[in-house]
Amino acid sequence: MPDIVSITDLTKTYGSGFQALKSVSLDIRAGEILALLGPNGAGKTTLISTVCGITRPTSGRVTVGGHDILDDYRAARRLIGLVPQEITLEPFERVINTVRFSRGLFGLGPDDAHVERVLRQLSLWDKKDSKVVELSGGMKRRVLIAKALSHEPRVLFLDEPTAGVDVELRKDMWRVVADLKADGVTIILTTHYIEEAEAIADRIGIIAKGEILLVEDKAALLKRMGQKQMVIELQSPVNAVPDGLGDFDLDLGPEGTLVYTYDTRANRTGITKLLSALSGAGLTLRDVQTRQSSLEDIFVNLVKEDAA
Amino acid sequence: MNLQAVRAIYVFEMARTFRTLLQSIVSPVLSTSLYFVVFGAAIGSRIDEVEGVSYGAFIVPGLMMLSVLQQSVSNAAFGIYFPKFIGTIYELLSAPASFIEITAGYVLAAATKSLMIGLIILATSFAFVDISVQHPLWMLAFLVLTCLSFSLFGFIIGIWAQNFEQLQLVPLLIVTPLVFLGGSFYSISMLPPAWQTVTLFNPVVYLVSGFRWSFFGASDVPVVWSLLAIALFTALCVGVIAWIFRTGYRIRK
Ligand SMILES: Nc1ncnc2c1ncn2[C@@H]1O[C@H](COP(=O)(O)OP(=O)(O)OP(=O)(O)O)[C@@H](O)[C@H]1O
Ligand SMILES: [Mg+2]
Repeated sequence: MPDIVSITDLTKTYGSGFQALKSVSLDIRAGEILALLGPNGAGKTTLISTVCGITRPTSGRVTVGGHDILDDYRAARRLIGLVPQEITLEPFERVINTVRFSRGLFGLGPDDAHVERVLRQLSLWDKKDSKVVELSGGMKRRVLIAKALSHEPRVLFLDEPTAGVDVELRKDMWRVVADLKADGVTIILTTHYIEEAEAIADRIGIIAKGEILLVEDKAALLKRMGQKQMVIELQSPVNAVPDGLGDFDLDLGPEGTLVYTYDTRANRTGITKLLSALSGAGLTLRDVQTRQSSLEDIFVNLVKEDAA
Repeated sequence: MNLQAVRAIYVFEMARTFRTLLQSIVSPVLSTSLYFVVFGAAIGSRIDEVEGVSYGAFIVPGLMMLSVLQQSVSNAAFGIYFPKFIGTIYELLSAPASFIEITAGYVLAAATKSLMIGLIILATSFAFVDISVQHPLWMLAFLVLTCLSFSLFGFIIGIWAQNFEQLQLVPLLIVTPLVFLGGSFYSISMLPPAWQTVTLFNPVVYLVSGFRWSFFGASDVPVVWSLLAIALFTALCVGVIAWIFRTGYRIRK
């Protein structure tokens, strides 16, 4: 698949001197759903804002649909829809008018049929004449999405679309996202939650401290995420993996312990087999601990690898 | 050109104006009436005529200018400050629209509102004084040009302002004094010669003078100067706005 968004060596240093993006390169494939995961302050919003034209890049190059976002900003931006992280809406205007406004702003003529379709899709049709202040937070977020969809974008950026959103609405949103994907729209969303990325993304990118640490197919990454480790403390510490246990994914841990890595998602974890093999080898257990590699661990590991 | 964007901004901003129509109209009508009572009736009864026009009628162009300038500056300033303040400016910045289209949308809307108010004040003054407009088309032209150029100025103020105090500072501290000292309520020729010279540095003098000429056929400075002054001021504002959008001054981080 061709890349619809191509980011090359993008850096962003804010006026305060803070470097929020450090040479980010990222290619986004047409029609995919890419989830950007990262802790607070990682640079997710900065990255999106730069691609969309809200902040200026300090250096580097970004193209959308082959159009440079600076030299050919009109063509680039026409393709983009943005749902910002913060709920920012004109409070006293009616829902339908704010949506029509967005469509016009992006250079498209009035099309009431399309606006109605979008509002219905987001269950906002019966609120179309309400003022924005009269809506609940979740509804306001839907209005933001409606605004972005009003101008028929080919690339949709959703910056933490599910922050402060209940389960029902979250499901609604994923349904809308699935519909858009079916129409060939490319979707980039940011989130703090691995489950969210898991539920919906084709690929997952991890960003921390202004750097993209990895971009991987969801399946491969989740496999890594699903790994769990069992630390086995023996009656008498060992200084090598004992003979006869070579078939197991065992490593030497600190203080003469053994560390067994297994996949929680696999049909068989192999724990029973390992335990019997251990006693077969004449080893006595003192204590057993398990720990799951969390997103946090992956971050930490990746950052460490990065520094090394 | 993304004319749809201009149209969208214009329609959206005009909707705001019509939502608050009553308060937009009541206050200028009320303050104009007060001016007529104070200047026209109280002071005017002691000043017979200025340049052959009754004092009450003489101040009408000045009163219109006073409101139109204040309204243009504050409407346009508020129009662009508000999205900045509540954050909806993200949409303008991410839209496939250049500074020309964004500015045109906001400035045209602000100018339309102040034009309406100017005409309402004119209508109100018919209730108080007897006046006729000698050059109605020129009157309209001066009014429209003034609305546009000072809305451009207001747009700059709105981008520059970082809080509500700053937003009100310029209309209050600069525009109002300039209008009062710009011959709105007197003829420049009534001043001592030294002050007449100083006054010529006040841009509002040229506006009021030209505008008054369209009413009564007499002016403090040649009409061409008035037109030049508006053109110069407009060009200056456009230049500043182009620079703002090129550098992202106070809007794009
Ligand atoms: N306007 C600004 N001026 C200076 N620094 C900024 C500005 N905006 C963001 N930053 C800094 O840049 C870094 C990245 O911020 P950004 O908003 O992109 O993070 P994020 O990944 O979206 O975080 P979150 O998950 O909290 O939304 C942060 O350290 C933030 O403090
Ligand atoms: Mg963010």
